[in-house]
Amino acid sequence: MEEWAEKKNKKKIVVEKINLKIGEFTCVEPISLINTFNAAVLGSWLDSSEITIETIPFEGKCSKCNRLYFPKKENGYKSPCCNFNLEEIISGRELKIASIDFKEK
Amino acid sequence: MHLPISDKIELNILHQNSNQAEKNKVKFNNYNLLCLNIMSSPGAGKTRLLEKTLEDLSKKFHSAVLEGDMTTNLDAARLEKLNIPVVPITTGRACHLDANMVSGGLKLLEKKINPDLLDILLIENVGNLVCPAEFEIGEHFKVALLSITEGEDKPLKYPIMFREADLILITKVDLLPHLNFDINELKSNIASTNPKADVIEISSITKSGFDLWQDWISKKILKFKNN
Repeated sequence: MEEWAEKKNKKKIVVEKINLKIGEFTCVEPISLINTFNAAVLGSWLDSSEITIETIPFEGKCSKCNRLYFPKKENGYKSPCCNFNLEEIISGRELKIASIDFKEK
Repeated sequence: MHLPISDKIELNILHQNSNQAEKNKVKFNNYNLLCLNIMSSPGAGKTRLLEKTLEDLSKKFHSAVLEGDMTTNLDAARLEKLNIPVVPITTGRACHLDANMVSGGLKLLEKKINPDLLDILLIENVGNLVCPAEFEIGEHFKVALLSITEGEDKPLKYPIMFREADLILITKVDLLPHLNFDINELKSNIASTNPKADVIEISSITKSGFDLWQDWISKKILKFKNN
């Protein structure tokens, strides 16, 4: 964030939103991330900003029939179509800052 | 004030860690040093496994250890008795090693020994099945331990750890006769979470499975050195 802000000339901008993409198959709990962010930015140049989180679904591909599916823990992440083990993950591992919304002062 | 502008970033939140991990890996490669990241829950037997492994491994390969621990140097003290270079990394309140900590540990290791002389670096991560799975440290392979006292369901409850692992060691199998534990169910749960992982059943007490584990390490070292 600091590097990005320096490029934009930090003193001349106000960050409104930091938009994140967080996959369902990560070790990140969105509410904890939001609470931590809010605590961390108190009194800083990001004090008035907020983070938004777009949750990216956990999606796998059946290695037998190539169908996409949403793996479930209860089913051992196996494909419902062919009951195959989860080999390929299509999405759900994302941990990204997708974009930053800001205004120029 | 002007209208809001949206700047597309598409940057990994952990990019600083990933960048440092890549630098660590370049260093390991330059030293021709294979690096394993050893992870598990607390008490799964990482330190005991390393003690027993290094008794034999250090006779064949020049070995060193970076020992991650939250508050003590107890594990590092145990491994130092094997007369190999050991660097403790005390993480304080952090529940995992990150790439920066490992970079610091490597610098301390460089003061103890020229890493060019080493074949393998074993990094014992902090006992935790969650965060270590997300933080690359520059390792070539991830090894996850799962002791049979933890239950058959752990690969499903902590899927990212077991999904990320290249090798899963099922530890404490000497306790099998004393527990109501279904090892086939555990293996099935591992396979459904990570069908590509190698799996070895192992006991640091009886040393069953150690031949397979030592063979796995030896092959990885030799392949790495030949590339």
